[in-house]
Amino acid sequence: MTTPLQPPPKKDPQIPTRPPQLPPIPRSRAALAMSAAAAKGQFALQTCRDCGAVCYPPRDGCPKCLSTRLRFQPVAAGGELIAETTVQASTDLYFRERLPWRVGTVTLDCGPSVMAHVHADLTTPSRVTMAMKLDKGGNAVLFALPEKVTDHMEDDPQYRELNASPKHRRVLVTDGRSGVGQAVVQALLDAGAATVFVGIADPWKPFAGAADLGGDPRIEVMTLDVTDTTSVKELAGEIGGKTDILVNTADHVRPGGILSRSDIVTSRDEFEVNVFGLQRLAQAFGPLMRARGADGANSAVAFVDILPIHALSNWHAFGAHSASAAARHSVLQCLRGEMRAGGVRVLSVFTGPVDDDWRQTVEPPKLAPTAIAKAVVAALQGGIEDYYVGDIAKDVLEKWLDNPKVLEREQQA
Amino acid sequence: MTLRPAGRRQGYDKVVVAVPVTVPYKRYAIEPAHWWVAEALRALVAEAGIEGSDLDGLSVSSFTLAPDTAVGLTQHFGLSPRWLDSIPMGGASAVVALRRAARAVQTGDARLIACVGADTNHVDSFRRLLSSFSRFAQDASYPYGYGGPNASFALLTDYYMRRYDARREDFGKLCVAQRQNALTYPHAIFKKPLTLDDYMGARPISEPIRLFDCVMPVAGAEAFLVTTEDVAKDLGLAHARLLSAIERHNAFPDDPVQMRGGWALDIDELWGMAGLDPERIDLVETYDDYPVIVTMQFEDLGFCKKGEGPDFIRSHSFTNDGSFPNNTSGGQLSAGQAGAAGGYLGMVEAIRQVTGQSLAKPVANAHRALVSGFGMVNFDRGLCSGAAILEGVAP
Repeated sequence: MTTPLQPPPKKDPQIPTRPPQLPPIPRSRAALAMSAAAAKGQFALQTCRDCGAVCYPPRDGCPKCLSTRLRFQPVAAGGELIAETTVQASTDLYFRERLPWRVGTVTLDCGPSVMAHVHADLTTPSRVTMAMKLDKGGNAVLFALPEKVTDHMEDDPQYRELNASPKHRRVLVTDGRSGVGQAVVQALLDAGAATVFVGIADPWKPFAGAADLGGDPRIEVMTLDVTDTTSVKELAGEIGGKTDILVNTADHVRPGGILSRSDIVTSRDEFEVNVFGLQRLAQAFGPLMRARGADGANSAVAFVDILPIHALSNWHAFGAHSASAAARHSVLQCLRGEMRAGGVRVLSVFTGPVDDDWRQTVEPPKLAPTAIAKAVVAALQGGIEDYYVGDIAKDVLEKWLDNPKVLEREQQA
Repeated sequence: MTLRPAGRRQGYDKVVVAVPVTVPYKRYAIEPAHWWVAEALRALVAEAGIEGSDLDGLSVSSFTLAPDTAVGLTQHFGLSPRWLDSIPMGGASAVVALRRAARAVQTGDARLIACVGADTNHVDSFRRLLSSFSRFAQDASYPYGYGGPNASFALLTDYYMRRYDARREDFGKLCVAQRQNALTYPHAIFKKPLTLDDYMGARPISEPIRLFDCVMPVAGAEAFLVTTEDVAKDLGLAHARLLSAIERHNAFPDDPVQMRGGWALDIDELWGMAGLDPERIDLVETYDDYPVIVTMQFEDLGFCKKGEGPDFIRSHSFTNDGSFPNNTSGGQLSAGQAGAAGGYLGMVEAIRQVTGQSLAKPVANAHRALVSGFGMVNFDRGLCSGAAILEGVAP
């Protein structure tokens, strides 16, 4: 059993914050495809289309038949840990600061034998379940875990480096007015967050669920209007240095396409919240979080945005909103590269239509706010970069991967 | 279509090695690799009694020549060889360089070939070499704790210990014996005795690997001359015949952990070509990046069976004046690892021992030596392996 992670002590202001270091970054192009699979939470390895051999490390020619037709696809995640070592000396700054570090050799059931990070609860030899996770540098690594979940398994320090667990962390939820925002607050508290700061614009305006936000001493309601640069900066000045996770739940949504509106007033409101609001949050909180990427057990770990799956391909019924979602997706891609220097993940939680007042006329299936909240926590706990919630989001993704131009027409129907 | 079986390799008749050269090692050097190559060539030419322009073949092994290659060195040193080789095979470099040079001499492509292994060691060389070693290491080994070769061989050692009941004391015995041999060799970088207690209690590096399982990176160079028996006699050079040599890469790729090297595939030809059996060997120079690899070579080269390594270690002393002399100048573990010259250390020492030119304590009646090479941890195992058997010619 893993020693449970204790709540970190209050920070000593006399001790300088440790500048974040990253594990080794360079990868071959073939290895980047493994990172792409891990970003979606898949366990996938290169498989030869001609002879079926599973190949590792990633390469450009099959070692069994010399075929160049190698594709990443999901494979069985079982294996056996047959050898281990604990690294106690390293020339790499990231690992030097985290020694000792346990690694091992695992023979995978699907064929290859691999080097992997090894969970503290494992003994050698033993059966293991392999996970493919993104490390702090944003690249896929293999992690050997016990076959059966052990107590406090997620608290293993090596494993915690590969996730963004809210446990003992302080989280800002940017919009607590919406059903989604309130559900996210509750899910984070249930997942062990130390504090949840909840942003509310114009707090004097009443809203449904306001009373529930006063119920838990771990909740702190803060004034935050993402359309107002000063408001965002003021809040960052107040809590930016202790925001470990930011979850942007703000979304301004109205039905209609481009020609169903006579001017750009509504579109401008959508962009103010969905695109520029996101950028304001990133500019105010991003640098502070990036500087605290290695700040102990409650280091800054993740910047999460919840956005419609129609960021990938315009949905005619909410065409103008889709346009803001596409811009939002692009902003997140940029931010992902910029935040990486601090080892802070940028997570995109893609959703189908939410079951709320503005989508009353949309046919089901629609997503309950609690389903989205659950997904946010799962993305954090798994360190998953692209998380797709619900049947619609998964369906759109599959169609988009298959043929984006066909999807464009399907969504115009 | 059925492919007929591959033929056996031909022997290396009349090919000899001579003029063992060592440029004394330094822990750190400010001179680049080129300087170390030059020092080795200068000494080789002087001791052979020839001019640089007499060299018509050159084989170079070095990790630290960048941006140059062996080609650039010809102009750098004013050489005009008609045969040029570059062997980027780390610990297998000397065996492979000799094997290929021998073929060139045998066929008349060249007459006098200088084989050189040389590397410099700046304060940050080791860190830099690690970071650009191979694509598989970059993708699949460094991101896991960045323990470098220490971690890779720790996994191999751990597996070997579990599978064959080896103890750290067994590996320690090899290291202690090599240190005893090193104390008789003037160029060894380590000058103090090593006890088994020192070995057992040393600082952990990547368990079960501790400090004295690891080589010390240094700057240095080693070289030798490959020519024909007739030319060696004309020049009055003490020399040794090349009785046999093998080379193999990426053997047994499906073994989940490397428990055997390419020697195990080619051993029958190695002994067959030499017309000898293991009892006829007077000293052995194994590649000792880590003691588990030495043990593996005892097994794969036919001195004992697979898995009997630990018992074999318990039944010999491995010192120059004892039973089964191994790594008679201290090996890399005690003499230092000068990059690719580390692959040359045992070859140069073997030439000295069998030609009566030993700088270390001579092995009594040393006529025949087996030199083994192993190199290039591309990912989880050493890919290159080779071995050569030398026989000294009485002057």
